[in-house]
Amino acid sequence: MKKQQNMKNAPKRPPMKKGVIGRVVKMLFKSYPVLVPTMLLCILFSGAVSSIPSLFTQKIIGFIEAGMTTGDWSGSKEKIIPLIFVLIGLYILSIAAITAYTQIGAYITQGFLHKMRRSMFNGMQDLPISYFDRNRHGDIMSHYTNDIDTLRQLVSQVLPSLINSITIVLVVFGIMVYYSLWMTLVVLAGVAAMLLVSKKMGGGSAKYFVRQQKSMGKAEGYIQEMMTGQRVVKVFCHEAKSQEAFDKINDELGDDSYKANAYANCLGPIIMNIGNVLYVIVAMVGGLFIAANIKNVSISGMAFGISILIPFLNMTRQFTGNINQLSQQVNHIVMAMAGASRVFALMDEEPETDDGYVTLVNAKAGKDGNLTETNEHTGHWAWKHPHSDGTVTYTPLLGDVRMVDVDFSYEEGKEVLHGISVYAEPGQKVAFVGATGAGKTTITNLINRFYDIADGKIRYDGININKIKKSDLRRSLGIVLQETNLFTGTVMDNIRYGRLDATDEECIEAAKLAGADDFITRLPGGYNTLLTNNGANLSQGQRQLISIARAAVADPPVMILDEATSSIDTRTEAIVQKGMDKLMEGRTVFVIAHRLSTVMNSDVIMVLDHGRIIERGSHEKLLEEKGTYYQLYTGAFELE
Amino acid sequence: MYKRLLKSVREYKMPTILTLIFIVGEVIIEVLIPFITADLVNRIKAGADMSYIVKTGMILVGMAVISLCCGGIAGFTSAKASAGFAKNLRHDIFSKIQTYTFENIDKFSSSSLVTRMTTDVQNVQMAYMTVIRMAVRAPLMLIFAVIMAWTMGGSLAATFVVVIPVLGMGLLIISRKAMPAFHRVFRKYDKLNEAIEENVRAMRVVKGFSREEYEKEKFSDASDNIRRDFTKAERIVAMNSPLMQFCVYFNSVFILLVGSKLAITSQGAAINVGQISAMLTYGIQILMQLMMLSMVYVILTMSNESIKRICEVLTEEPMLRSPEKPLCEVADGSVDFENVSFKYSEKAERYSLENINLHIKSGMTVGVIGGTGAGKSTLVQLIPRLYDTTVGSVKVGGKDVKEYELNTLRSSVAMVLQKNLLFAGTINENLRWGNENATREEIEEACKLAQADDFIRQFPDGYETMIEQGGTNVSGGQKQRLCIARALLKRPKILILDDSTSAVDMKTDALIRDGFRRYIPETTKIIIAQRIASVRDSDMIIVLDNGGVSAVGTHEELLKTSPIYREVYEQQSGGEEAA
Repeated sequence: MKKQQNMKNAPKRPPMKKGVIGRVVKMLFKSYPVLVPTMLLCILFSGAVSSIPSLFTQKIIGFIEAGMTTGDWSGSKEKIIPLIFVLIGLYILSIAAITAYTQIGAYITQGFLHKMRRSMFNGMQDLPISYFDRNRHGDIMSHYTNDIDTLRQLVSQVLPSLINSITIVLVVFGIMVYYSLWMTLVVLAGVAAMLLVSKKMGGGSAKYFVRQQKSMGKAEGYIQEMMTGQRVVKVFCHEAKSQEAFDKINDELGDDSYKANAYANCLGPIIMNIGNVLYVIVAMVGGLFIAANIKNVSISGMAFGISILIPFLNMTRQFTGNINQLSQQVNHIVMAMAGASRVFALMDEEPETDDGYVTLVNAKAGKDGNLTETNEHTGHWAWKHPHSDGTVTYTPLLGDVRMVDVDFSYEEGKEVLHGISVYAEPGQKVAFVGATGAGKTTITNLINRFYDIADGKIRYDGININKIKKSDLRRSLGIVLQETNLFTGTVMDNIRYGRLDATDEECIEAAKLAGADDFITRLPGGYNTLLTNNGANLSQGQRQLISIARAAVADPPVMILDEATSSIDTRTEAIVQKGMDKLMEGRTVFVIAHRLSTVMNSDVIMVLDHGRIIERGSHEKLLEEKGTYYQLYTGAFELE
Repeated sequence: MYKRLLKSVREYKMPTILTLIFIVGEVIIEVLIPFITADLVNRIKAGADMSYIVKTGMILVGMAVISLCCGGIAGFTSAKASAGFAKNLRHDIFSKIQTYTFENIDKFSSSSLVTRMTTDVQNVQMAYMTVIRMAVRAPLMLIFAVIMAWTMGGSLAATFVVVIPVLGMGLLIISRKAMPAFHRVFRKYDKLNEAIEENVRAMRVVKGFSREEYEKEKFSDASDNIRRDFTKAERIVAMNSPLMQFCVYFNSVFILLVGSKLAITSQGAAINVGQISAMLTYGIQILMQLMMLSMVYVILTMSNESIKRICEVLTEEPMLRSPEKPLCEVADGSVDFENVSFKYSEKAERYSLENINLHIKSGMTVGVIGGTGAGKSTLVQLIPRLYDTTVGSVKVGGKDVKEYELNTLRSSVAMVLQKNLLFAGTINENLRWGNENATREEIEEACKLAQADDFIRQFPDGYETMIEQGGTNVSGGQKQRLCIARALLKRPKILILDDSTSAVDMKTDALIRDGFRRYIPETTKIIIAQRIASVRDSDMIIVLDNGGVSAVGTHEELLKTSPIYREVYEQQSGGEEAA
């Protein structure tokens, strides 16, 4: 029931925000203050240069025409060859610019993506646990896969081709005005029609692409669930049913995908053919102009004639070609906007606050018994507590945890813990017993501040835990959870996760303590056996043993064992127990267990019911009281 | 491989063919248009009268309309064909997986199956669309353009003899070089995503050990590594456009230079200005088509990996089959193991179960006890034929399980798996997995028996409470009880609980077992447990050790005969004696 209240909300899909593209561009500039402008210049340059040669080509053709009538090659040569050299020069520059911007582009794109991934991941590490309770893992993952992919498209393809096309369009537009204003207006009218169509069609296609993305997410969620639950499906002969449900989702996806692609596919031919029609219109209007001898308005001041019409026709082609290019980007932009807003939503998520200023330091006891801070690893730790008056006090790390009148609720108004008081002196073993949902795990979640208390106080070695830096607080607490999570890597790596500077010997020592050494050495690769997929090749019990070893190597003064041995069979547990006892020696330990045999030898046992402690005391005392604990304890055998 | 995949096109063959036809139409007009426009321009130049220009113009507009129709229709049909193909593929993969046995499932990880059905199918869809749109178009255009260039340009066309091989080779070399680089990088990328998933799942561990900084560093290294590889691969591909531009430029310089000399010296006899212009246009077109072809090549090779992965799923053969004349009735809940040995894979050296002989009478309650890895789960998975025995036979209701129709067998054998799952949906919907047509009373009855009714009623929405994917919003014990209720709804002849009450407290555990005895006495109950208390009142307790049956008997008998059992018992009841 723990997470029930706050898990209910559907996955958060932030609304698309207008400013996201701007934000991406800004981040790009900030990440590469030199390269991005350089690349921009190169794109602009190559765009400009690739539109100019048509002017020269036209000129050369003019010379050829003139030369043809005379047949004088050597005369024409003198005019043509230099022009061709200019052309070659321009071409070389253009190729250089293109090479530069595509190479820089590849570099920047990947660098930028790396940066985005990293800030997403880093931001995510600092989010409070409640974020992970609220959001499905699949949704979080899709930020790193689908959403970041739309960004890749944006940066590597959409933005450059946008800039490139716009540059060419502008340059060509300038040349057009240079030749003839009237004709330019004709072309503009056609372009307006194209833009209108692009907007309508492109917008429509984008709408369906976004919808396709959504149904893709839905299908993916369903597939994920069914693939993980395939064994259950088998056992219940549910194959036909799940196929039916899948087909429904699949049909929807197919339909959305069809519409999205159909719109996108049609856009090209439509724009192209508007271009064709525009070409004809320009030709006809041009012919009309020449025939009617209409007075030209232009920058060049040239009279309108065939020598203007021909280049104009070519430019019309170039113009429409680039508009076509632009229109193809519309749906990518919309998709990228959707992706980027989701990426930013994750990056903007409020991180876990940490106002703690009390830190954990290595300590050395002086002759007078006073603690002093040291950089060496002394094996002794102290809380460094700076005060407002500038003085610093050192308190030895002992593992004394006290909770006084603690109330807590995951959601406002729904209190799940009421007036909890627990005193755990250094070296004591405190057990929590109670039905599922009574609040046992919640209490431990408060001690390591996965969640913050609503009322009451928690003191660690006499210090308010809110004053302790979270990372230091957690460093002093070892936890072993029922649900074990191992990482991809060797067994040794996984144990060392508890303390990164532990030597191999220390890790093996810890494994021996946890009773894990025996099975580890029997693994094909021993301690170097590679674990993947959360240790899928190990049994649940073996995974728990490794996670106990992991906590052991951390050697913390306080340990939280949340159903740590629930999946270990009792026979093995008995073997582990010795190790566990050794592990718990001299530490403050909070134990949560169903198996009463695991908690019997605790110093204090707290019986929880609906968020309240209803009984407390040692095993013997509780049995004498003949209360709930007694019932629980004997209840197991009541059927005799 | 392609053949296997293309089987899934089915009803979308028609749109596919239509696409090809309409694209041919579009191409023909596209090639004709420059012809007529060239003619139009010449007429204007020559000062033709307006009516002729208008006439030609109208023809052109008409052609544009036809081209638009062809292009538009092809756009729709190609989208329909590819989206439909993808849809069919997903359907086929999903239904193939439905036929898988546990053994098949073991082979693929669930996340890899998800990728195959999503990303891989999407890749195939894109590839299919590109191919049907380009595969005809590009070669056709290329051929047209080359023919035109040859007939118009004559000796000028020699430029293509140089440029086409250069571009072709260049593109080939680039894609050949880039492909493996991309391959490597995608592998790494997958790994990175796996690592992220691992991190998200293990967030409590990360935070518990305050390993945030360590994780950041680890991730940053991996991500940067990918950045480096990715950049390398992308930079190879980025050579495409300069190469293309070089060829286009070379072409125009060559045509202008040689063309001008030819035209002028021959005074337009060998070639005229119009032809030079046309050569320039065709030159660009030819190179563009080559570019397109190389794109098709790249897309095909890129999707090759996806195709391979999809085919792996589609060609995987389910290991179990229903017999020819299956039995459709399970007589009773008796279970017999006769000389059963089993190993998970043929290659395994050791049997997971060896020489098991057991006889369980219908209606018995049987406890199974044994250490981790003793073979408890393996043993019971043979009963509903989730795996087939390697040696010997398992009989249910007196008949070999291989003689039954699989569904018949499995609906008589309800099994609550150790790794159990609830699905997204209401509690009610989840329970109905056991029996779709169960009445409300039946559901509540099953829940009462599984001791789940009470806590379900405590939820504000009761039986309509939404369960999150994976059942994350109910506690472990609640989940187990819901799973038991779900299994009970099948009204099975045999009920198997594979360590299904480990998270349930002892009292509830006892109540569940008591309910079983009272309300479903005719059902054979096989209970795997860690706790002696869960099995001690069974009619028969099987002690497994290291893949073999170490002892069988009642609690009292075993205390006398089985040292393992006695040892476990003493450990667990140490406290009891003290009390």
